[in-house]
Amino acid sequence: MKQRVEIVKRILDSNEQLAQQNRKKLDDHGVFAINVMASPGAGKTTFILQTIARLPKDIHLGVMEGDTAPVTIDSDKIVAAGMPAVQINTGGDCHLDANMVGLALDEFDLDEINLLLIENVGNLICPASFVLGNHANILIASVPEGDDKPYKYPNIYRNIDVLIINKVDLLPYIDFRMDYFRQGVEMLNPNLKTFEVSAKTGEGFDGWIKWLQEKVGNIQE
Amino acid sequence: MHELSVTESLLAIVIQSAKENHALKVTDITLSIGALSSIIDDSVQFYWDHISKGTIAEEAILHFNRIPAVLHCLNCDTEFTMEDELVPCPNCKSINIEIITGEEFQVDHIEIRKEENNTDETTS
Repeated sequence: MKQRVEIVKRILDSNEQLAQQNRKKLDDHGVFAINVMASPGAGKTTFILQTIARLPKDIHLGVMEGDTAPVTIDSDKIVAAGMPAVQINTGGDCHLDANMVGLALDEFDLDEINLLLIENVGNLICPASFVLGNHANILIASVPEGDDKPYKYPNIYRNIDVLIINKVDLLPYIDFRMDYFRQGVEMLNPNLKTFEVSAKTGEGFDGWIKWLQEKVGNIQE
Repeated sequence: MHELSVTESLLAIVIQSAKENHALKVTDITLSIGALSSIIDDSVQFYWDHISKGTIAEEAILHFNRIPAVLHCLNCDTEFTMEDELVPCPNCKSINIEIITGEEFQVDHIEIRKEENNTDETTS
């Protein structure tokens, strides 16, 4: 005897439930958490280091570093910059999930920080599907990657709150049509908050730091 | 390659539901996968064949209900389907569009067998 059983459940439902637990923990400790996504080489770590260099005194930062291999190159740089960092080795997985982030949260003293940057694995496809429980998703898109990325990877552009366009100091040297790029972004995510920066020179960081300050201030009220 | 994680989650949902319904065997699983969800059917099937081995869902047939990406132009009200690439409204060229379908990513239903047939070898 065969029987049909209706389910209608999102496939990543269990990840989403764990993400809710992470969110509650972050909220309980007044920590604003950001999931930083990008392709490999977009400048995630350099962006975080430039952010640290300009961090206002009232922001106390922690950093989670997601990597597919047990290398601590990135987290070593963060620690050298004087910030607590926890390395998450995904064991080859192409993305962080809520369970990994939940375990790494236990390694922080959450009362000592009010901002957490979660550096996801460099990848434009997989991280888009896995919510972590953070408050904001940001994508760092660097101009050498090309202006067609929103058209090729629409999914990741759908679920972000801030877009960082990085390496704008290279614009004079490459064929990057900013209008075409921004048109694709606008179709997927209208009125998206966007900052054009160079993580190398620090150009454009004032607006980003101001945005961070507002968000951290709001969550602590 | 996140299909492995996705397929593991799928297996967990299917087994839980099968147990709740006292199933002996899961024979079919129907999924809705939107065109924008970046999930590859073949890849899910590949992982499924491996990880479902030895479970009550082993050899269950996966049915992929592919949902096209349907967009709606907020400027001229045209509805259009995205083919290969994201494009402005084909009617008025506006980029003021919203996505109606194509982001689905869910298990719809499963077919289970609750008791063995009398002709089954277990009764002989």
